[in-house]
This record gives sequence, C-alpha cells and structure tokens, in this order.
Amino acid sequence: MSERENIFSRIREALKMPAHRSGYHTEQGELPGGLPTLEERRKVLPIVSATEEGQIQMFARNAADLKAVFKVLPNASLLTAELKALAFAEGWKRVAGQRTEMVEKQISELGLPALFTEGGYDKAELEKCDVGITECDALVAQTGSVVVTSRTTGGRALSVLPPHHVVVARRDQLIPDLPAAYVLLQSRYANSFPSMISFVTGPSRTGDIERILVLGAHGPKKLTIYLIES
Amino acid sequence: MSAPVAQFDEDARRVAGDTRQRAIVQTAMHKYEVVRDFRKPWFQDWNGARDQASRTKFEAINHLDRYLDQFASKLESRGTKVHWASTGKQAVEIILGILKEKNARTVIKSKAMTSEEIHLNDAMEKSGYTVVESDLGEFIVQLREEPPYHLVFPAMHLTRGQIQQTFEEKIGEKSSDSPEELTMVARRVLRQKYLDADVGITGANFGIAETGMISITENEGNARLTAALPKTMITLMGIEKILPRMEDLGLFLPVLAVMGTGQALTGYNTIYSGPRQAGEADGPDEYNVVLLDNSRTLLLADAEQRDSLHCIRCGACLNVCPIFRNVGGHSYGTVYGGPVGSVITPNLRGLQDWKHLSYASSLCGACTETCPVRIDLHHHLLQNRRNSVQEKPDFFMAQAFRMFAVVANSPGLWSMVTTMSRVGMKVRGWVNATFLDPARAWTKTRDLPPIAGQSFREWWKENR
Amino acid sequence: MKITLFVPCFVDLMFPKAAISAVKIFEKLGHKVVVPEGPACCGQPAFNTGYLEESRAIAEKVLVSLKGAEAVVIVSGSCGAMIKNFYPQLFEGTPLEADARELAPKCFEFSSFLVRKLGVTDLGATFPHKVTFHDGCHGLRELDNKLPPRQLLQKVRGLELIEMDAAETCCGFGGTFSTKFPAISTAMGEVKCESSFKTGAEYVVSCDSSCLMQIDGLARKKGMNLKTLHLAEVLAA
Repeated sequence: MSERENIFSRIREALKMPAHRSGYHTEQGELPGGLPTLEERRKVLPIVSATEEGQIQMFARNAADLKAVFKVLPNASLLTAELKALAFAEGWKRVAGQRTEMVEKQISELGLPALFTEGGYDKAELEKCDVGITECDALVAQTGSVVVTSRTTGGRALSVLPPHHVVVARRDQLIPDLPAAYVLLQSRYANSFPSMISFVTGPSRTGDIERILVLGAHGPKKLTIYLIES
Repeated sequence: MSAPVAQFDEDARRVAGDTRQRAIVQTAMHKYEVVRDFRKPWFQDWNGARDQASRTKFEAINHLDRYLDQFASKLESRGTKVHWASTGKQAVEIILGILKEKNARTVIKSKAMTSEEIHLNDAMEKSGYTVVESDLGEFIVQLREEPPYHLVFPAMHLTRGQIQQTFEEKIGEKSSDSPEELTMVARRVLRQKYLDADVGITGANFGIAETGMISITENEGNARLTAALPKTMITLMGIEKILPRMEDLGLFLPVLAVMGTGQALTGYNTIYSGPRQAGEADGPDEYNVVLLDNSRTLLLADAEQRDSLHCIRCGACLNVCPIFRNVGGHSYGTVYGGPVGSVITPNLRGLQDWKHLSYASSLCGACTETCPVRIDLHHHLLQNRRNSVQEKPDFFMAQAFRMFAVVANSPGLWSMVTTMSRVGMKVRGWVNATFLDPARAWTKTRDLPPIAGQSFREWWKENR
Repeated sequence: MKITLFVPCFVDLMFPKAAISAVKIFEKLGHKVVVPEGPACCGQPAFNTGYLEESRAIAEKVLVSLKGAEAVVIVSGSCGAMIKNFYPQLFEGTPLEADARELAPKCFEFSSFLVRKLGVTDLGATFPHKVTFHDGCHGLRELDNKLPPRQLLQKVRGLELIEMDAAETCCGFGGTFSTKFPAISTAMGEVKCESSFKTGAEYVVSCDSSCLMQIDGLARKKGMNLKTLHLAEVLAA
C-alpha cells in the first residue's frame, strides 16, 4: 500500500466512531450540523453600507487604520500628477510595473527606466526598483484589502518585492465584503484559478520585537491605493 | 521520572520563580489582550462567528477522507506534486529527496510549526543545505539556536537589547536597539537570501478542499517572497488543516487574525493553487505539497478528543493561560505548548511520558472560554488524566484515594480524624516549612490555616 | 423551602464560618436547612487526578445522601460544579447515571441560589469596608456565576466593591495542583495577590474558600495587608 492509501485507511477507520457534536459551551447548547451559508456569515461579519459612497468611506477608514495611503481621483490624468509628485518626493530612480494599458501609460509619463514583469524578468533587477505599480482585481471595503493575482497583476513578486506598492483601481472594482470577494473569484476564475491570489491588507508589518509595530518588514513599507472614478 | 517530566519541572520552577521573565511574558500577553478586546467588536456577533467556525471544522474533520481526497486531486490536476507522509521521518526524507533532485544549496523558509515538529531544519542542515528562516521572529531564534517561544510570537521573550546583541554576535550587524532599525537590518540581510535561494519552503494555515488551494496568512510578506522567487516551492501541511470551501476563508481569516494578533485581517492572506502557470510572469516551476499525518490519525480515532484537531493554531489559548504566563513557552519542551499543546502532545508523543503537561493545569477553563473553534480544551486535559490512569494507575495514589474515601464516607471516622488533625496540625506547626513538614509543598511559600476549633459538622450537631 | 446544604471537606474543617453563615442566612429568610448524614467530600480530588473509580467510591454515597432533595446548595463553586456538571459524566454508563442526572438541575452554588432561585439580593447586611471580588474558575466558567455575587455585594450597606484587573484569572489553587506544582501555583497566586492589593481593598471576597485559602496563605506569608472572607460571611454581617 502506498502512504496515501495507508493514511486514508487510518482516516476511514478512525471516523467509524462518530464524534460528539461540538458546542459544549455554547449558550444555546449543541450546535446544528452542516456548513454555514453565506447569509449566516454576513450576520457575524461587520455590516457594510449598501451604497458605493458608504463603501468608499469604509475602505478609506480601514486604509487609514492600516497606514496605507488611499486617494480617490476623478480621472486618470490626475493620477499622472500624483505619481510624478511621489516619484519626486521619494526619489524614484527605477520603476516596475505590469503591462496593462493603464500602467504602461502612467509609467511612460514618468519618464524613468522601467521594468515590466510580463514575459519573465531578472529578479535582481526587480529588487533594484523603487516601486511596483499594479492594477488589482478588487478592493474590499469591509477590510481595506486589495486583491491581486499572479495572472492579472504582473506575477507574484511585483506587488511585494519593491519597497513601495502602488495600486491603481477603478471605481467598479470596489466590492463590499469578504464573502463578495470569494463569490467574485469563483465566478471570474471558475476552474482556472491563477496560481496565486493575495488579499493585501496594508503595508508589510511586524510586531515580533517587543510587540512594537514596525512597517516594511520584508514586503513594501508603503502601500498607496488610487481609486479612479471614471 | 522520565526525562520530559524532569525537564518540565525544572524549567517551570525556574521561570515561575523568575519575576523578571514572568513580567516580560505578562506584559506581552496584556498588550495582546488589549488589542484583541479592541478588535473583537469588529464582528457583529463574535460568539456566532465561533459557532460557525466550530461547525465548519467539525464538518471538515469528520469527513476528512472526502475533503482530503478532493484537496489532493484538485492540486494534482493543476500540476502540483502531492506527497504523503505517515511519519515525520518520511516527510523529512521526501523533502530531502526534492532538495537533492533539484541540486539545491540554499533553502529559504517561511514560518511552519510542522517543520519544527519534524525537526526539518536540523535534518536539512546536517545534509549540508543552508537554511534561512525568513519570518523575523523565527530568524532571530534561529540565530540564537533556540526553539520558538510561542506559536505566533517566536521571539516574544526577548528584549530589543537581546536582539541587538544577537545580530551583532551572530551576523556581525551593528545597529541601535530600536525595533525599527533592527527590523531593517533583518530586511536587508534577508533580501539577498530570497534572491539566492533555490528552494522555498512554507507551512500552511489552511488547505482548501473545494478548489485545491493552500492558504497562507502572514504580516511580513516573507511567505509571499518565499513563494515567488525560488524555482522550487514546497509546502508542508498537517492533514487536519483542511477547510471545505474557499468561502470558508471569509470567516476563518478574520477569526485567526483577531485571536492571533488582534487584527481584523492579517497583512497578507494568499492562496496558492499550483506552480507558475503558462502566461504568468514568475513563480516556482515546481510546486510540492507534503501532507503530514504524524499521529494526527491517532487523535482522529479518539472520538472524544477529535475536536482538538479543529485547532487553527491561533495561539489564543496560550495567551490567556495562567500557566503559560508564568512558566513561559520554552518550559513545555514541545513544539506545541500551552493548553492545546498540553492536550495533544500526550496523545501524539506518548501518554505516560507527556501526561505531566495535562496535570500541570488548575483546569481554570480560560482556554476553552477563548478558543475560537470551541475546542473543549480543559475537559480534554481531564480526559488525558483519566486515560493515563486507566492505562497505568499508580498503586499508592489509588490506595490513598481509597483510604480517604473510607474516612470521608464514615461520619464516625471523619469526626475522629477531625479531632486528631487538630493535634496533628499543631505538631506540624512546630516544623512548619522545614524539610520535616509533610505540607512543605504548600508551606514553603504560603501560610496554612489551622483546623477550626469547631468544625461545621460539630457546630451543626451541637446547635441544630 | 427545604434547603439541603452540602458542606465540602475544607469548609467543614477549616472555614466552617462560611457554611454557618449560609445556614443563618437561609433560616433568616424563613427556610428550613437540612444537612444530611453523608460523605464530607464530593470526590473531586480523585476525579481531577484521573481516578474515577476511587472518586465514585465517595460520590455514590453523596448521591444517596442527596436523593430526593428539593434543592441542594453547595457552599463552594468548585464542589458545586463537581456535583452539578461532572457527576453525570462520572456515573455515565453506571446504574447511578439517572440519579446523577436527576440531581444536577437541583444543585446550586450558594450565591447563585440566593439570586436565581430565591430571587433575593438584599439580605440587610452591613459591611463598611473596601472589598474586591475573586471569581473562582469553576463557579465562573462551569456554573456561569459572574453576576450573582456582585448583585449581592451591591446591596450590602457601606460596602465599596472595587474590581481588580485579574478578577477572572485563576488564583492557582486548582486542588492537588497547588502542591503538585507549587512553584507555578505560587506564581499564579502572586499575580492574584498583586492585582487584589492594587485595588486598595481591605478584603478579598470569593465564593470559594479554597481560593481564599491560597490567596490568604500567600498574603500572610508575604506580610501583605490583605484579608480574605467568604461571601456568605459578608452577607451575614
């Protein structure tokens, strides 16, 4: 028998004895069986406003708590000005990005040496870049998270290796909550998921030294999110 | 006395008497409590969330054959190599085999308690591989050649000064003792390691059966880098980490974050479904998932304690445990300490050798009260005690209890003992707290009250 | 009402005033108190150490002595939990299981009985002192006994109740734990004493004499200005 078969036969043997239902210490006694539904989950997770405005405000509050920068811009041309200002303030010498129309355009406006990750790239070169610019799959209002994937946002490392991660999102990418995010991923990718999907919630951080919060442990120290309205 | 008991007794006694170390742990745990209590109201209904988490794990574990099969099949269908290890030794062999096949030299690791469980780092180093822990806390304890102090906070027992000293002594890095600067030292040192490593090894917080995915939770970004840059990726996962559906993450990720670190959601929650795909810019060419049993099926077979496999390794029970707070994480001498460790270790590593962990508890129940998946922790400690006695009762202990029963059951004998013990206590008082004192275990640090001049039963007889 | 009182071993031998106060309180309220001839112990030490047979040797006699009682009041959170919550487990699969299950709903810890069963919170007591309350673990977590003691203390004239930070943290007694692992037990007790002392209270009050024995023993050895008193004694004052 292979180890796989050994393990499964032990599992099946073990499960012949039924376990007591969980819930010894619940207030209502024994818990019902079966998996919780999406509606049930929504009853315990935080309430999210039904309006887009409310969701933008919620995302903004979360981003501020997380020490991420979040700005709503009426159009993409204002984005150019923002990025130029950032480039100047932070002294960017080399930028990295993904090859989408939006990102390519913005990067060309910056007029700096650029690395695009599609088609493969040199890791050491990416490490030298000051910023990684990506779009996203979704912004989650409930948690202030940015959803990135290895297929749609330039690979696995672009959004985590450079010290500053800049996200360009569209207003229609804002979704209310975590349950909605998983519904979106299932419907968008069905049986062909990207090999990596990540929920980025704030810049990189650690509390490993005396429980004191320090940003930029290994991932980006800065996370800047732009929401373009039109 | 077996070695684990002797070690525990010595370490526990030492740390419990060390007010400085106790203060460090107490302060850290207090900070955790403040943040956790601040964050719990983020949930509309925290106890409702616990109920749902409990139900989900119950379903997953009690149908583990079905979900594990689905999990492995989905992973394999999309190009991942799935390996099965009945024992820790087998898991080590499998991983060493992969390293050899790939002609690896350097391995970079993100946090994996299962790798501690099977002593993987040791085995890899002995085989000549360079192993680097990328999680800051793990990196620090690795340099100090210490085991991690806590499931979630490996370096919580260290002051910034100690970490500063470690960096200087072990890697020649001089810096101030500010946490910010120390973190930047680690960041700088480790960046090159990410780029150079041939193989990245991660653990897993959850395995999603429905879609065949590994879910990894972290704040630093080191696991994402471990999974992005090296050419070969290995994930080591205990078979009990299974969740049925991707949507279950929508509950478990916040629950783990709140109880683990007092956050609504951890910094990076990532799901991996295979190696780099066609059209993707980067990622490992090969993805291996090593599934580990290592006596988990033994726990599964114990229907009474099966729910201890529901554990999501949040560390909350350690944080609230007054024993943990006073003996610290190293005293347990095991990978998994605190209440959950005291429940599972005797079952995983031998009841008679490790039962002392289940006895080293006042059964206060704070662990059960806090557990986000509602594991009946403190009652399991009682069950371990009962099981260890059933397996190997202590003749003298049993006799002592029987004799006590005889006395307690007989009003006449009880009355006699009451009178005698008044005298006995007086005599004992003369040798109070000395080596002659039979109650020395108590009286060394505490006063003992006298037997009352008139017991309740005597008063009742006289007055009613 | 006929109230059957169960008095645990250490209350009987070392802290009889707690049980005597309980008797006087019930009688003042117009109830009849009976103390049946029966074992002086609930069997918890053996049970907690894993010796179930030896525990049953005492517990079955307790069951017999309490059979047919209208209401059983136990002057201890931990013994109360033993009889109410753990006897059904202890006797599972034995002929006495039904008796254990029948007894459980009739059992109450002392303060819980006053507030939840008798609906009484004001006993006309006066105790003009600063007091802090220690939640014994079994009472708190097995018997859900957070509020009743506080509701009772609130009505005591002149009493100022100050909550300590570590009210719900275990004092470290834990039965045989206190002598099996004395260093850990002492450390836990020290945390409790410090937290109590910080409130500036003169008295630590609890529903468990065993916890008070631990706190008192430590405080005295350290020469701390902290006294302990069972809730029943405060209410009888």
